[in-house]
Amino acid sequence: MSFLSNFISGLSLGSIYALIALGYTMVYGIAKMLNFAHGDVIMVGAFTVIVVVNSLGLPGVVGILASVLICVLMGVTIERIAYKPLRSSPPLSVLITAIGVSYFLQSLALLIFGSTQKSFPKVFNVAPVHLGELTIKGESIETLAVTTIIMVGLTLFINKTKMGKAMRAVSEDREAAELMGISVNRTITVTFAIGSALAAVAGLFFGATYGFIGPYSGAMPGIKAFVAAVFGGIGSIPGAMLGGILLGIIENLAKAYISTELSDAIVFGVLVLVLLVKPTGLLGKKINEKV
Amino acid sequence: MKKTKLRKSTVNNLITYAIVALFYIVVTVMIQTGNASRHMQSLLVPICVNVVLAVSLNLVIGFLGELSLGHAAFMSVGAYTGGLLSIYLKNAFPQIPVAVRFPISILAGGILAAIFGALVCVVVLRLKGDYLAIVTLAFGEILRSIVINLEFTGGASGLKGVPQNASFTYGIILVFITLFVIQNLAKSKHGRAIQALRDNTIAATSVGVNATRYKLLVFTIAAFFAGMAGVLYSHNYSILTAGTFDYNYSIEILVMVVLGGIGSVRGSVIAGALIAILPEMLRSLQDYRMLIYAIVLIVMMLFTSNEQLKLMVAKYSPVAAVKKAFAAKKVRKEEN
Repeated sequence: MSFLSNFISGLSLGSIYALIALGYTMVYGIAKMLNFAHGDVIMVGAFTVIVVVNSLGLPGVVGILASVLICVLMGVTIERIAYKPLRSSPPLSVLITAIGVSYFLQSLALLIFGSTQKSFPKVFNVAPVHLGELTIKGESIETLAVTTIIMVGLTLFINKTKMGKAMRAVSEDREAAELMGISVNRTITVTFAIGSALAAVAGLFFGATYGFIGPYSGAMPGIKAFVAAVFGGIGSIPGAMLGGILLGIIENLAKAYISTELSDAIVFGVLVLVLLVKPTGLLGKKINEKV
Repeated sequence: MKKTKLRKSTVNNLITYAIVALFYIVVTVMIQTGNASRHMQSLLVPICVNVVLAVSLNLVIGFLGELSLGHAAFMSVGAYTGGLLSIYLKNAFPQIPVAVRFPISILAGGILAAIFGALVCVVVLRLKGDYLAIVTLAFGEILRSIVINLEFTGGASGLKGVPQNASFTYGIILVFITLFVIQNLAKSKHGRAIQALRDNTIAATSVGVNATRYKLLVFTIAAFFAGMAGVLYSHNYSILTAGTFDYNYSIEILVMVVLGGIGSVRGSVIAGALIAILPEMLRSLQDYRMLIYAIVLIVMMLFTSNEQLKLMVAKYSPVAAVKKAFAAKKVRKEEN
């Protein structure tokens, strides 16, 4: 039975990774850049909930809304100030800038909130479910429920709406999309907004699962979610979901059966293995380089 | 009398050597005359470590055009190898003098780090750009969690008892060797091939440049020097913890390279030294140090990569104005 409960908490952790990985993969697919600062948006989102609920004493729902709103505003602002001027620069410069932004957010949070971790408020109160000997934690249930809804909604948005179509067009061929009258800048802004909103939700569940948030809390899940995005094939939305969930399960099972300290090494080892065998990830498309 | 004209790149390299030599002479004189505080002297080895790290990472970023976020990991391989070897030699063969033992440790650390560099490179050969960066980062994190879990590295509490043999003279010798190898490599036929790969991989391979071989060469050399810098680092402090070499340290090295100018060896030398001194000079700003690094990274990248901002810099920068005046003078001379 303990295998099943480990599996379910892995599934719940994996769906948090999947939410973050979606942000990476959408931005990568559409803006062709690796938003290194994405992980730190999670941290900002979680801190917003802490400030609104713990310090201002407002109800949890307000905290969630404020967190999503602030993350969206921040994601769009970062894109506008740091990434947009480098749209036509070599990828290396954009990546270094993104690293700078990530560093900036971390050190800003360190200055404001200090280095000690803050406890995360209880926003939801879902009682744990007992199925015979198996106990499923309340956090796992709410995480799984909400991420499923978000993933279905996102898939519908990408496949059925006009904006979704524009996104797919820009990711396929930016110049051609522009010629067809699609505003590339607006599409990229919307992508960043959606990615940041997903990161805010992920931050909420991350905080609820772990209970504590510090200035560097976003870095590790951010990097792992990137690993998940690469694992599933970067640029592919179903790939990010699959990669995230698989990675969460692998990590939790490694923690339970191999070693807690080595679980990070195992997760990264999986990335290296996948890239060795299939450099474009599980569901990634192979793109031939043209001269 | 016929004037021997040196090549521009040679002059440039000589200036870099001269800066390092001058720095060494000035500091030595200051120490001899008692003008250098203990505090200042404690910064000398970290300066050398930083310079070697920045110059070697610049080989990967500036000349090969790939981003490695695992430079601190190669450094940690060197630091632990050299540290453990020194402890072993000190206990097993106490008759070996420090002047022999320490260089052996430095070399051993460099070689093992180079082997790791080559291994990582073999794995990432098929990758480039963002993928390569993230995999080097992953390697660093894997290595760090393995080192923390090993017995003989002292685990999470750290390795104690490494003899403190590092001195400014050893550091400067290491800096000179690094500069000599990397500047000459950059100038050679191989250096041109590496830069051709950076500028256009497909064009370079189509004229017969072996991309695999040069990628491997660059990664191995960069890791070799990072490892040697690591040995110097480990012999400067009484305790060595694996937590030091996390990816934040790799990013700090990246800040040095970007601040000095990507592809400029002299820039890396100056920025490496500056980053070592800066936190001590700005003690009151200690809390803001990381924030300043972050802003430096963003602003530097914006001003060097965005076309409009680049033009603006060229218009108002005093350096550019002086250069322009010189160029105009030269043209006038040739006209006469």
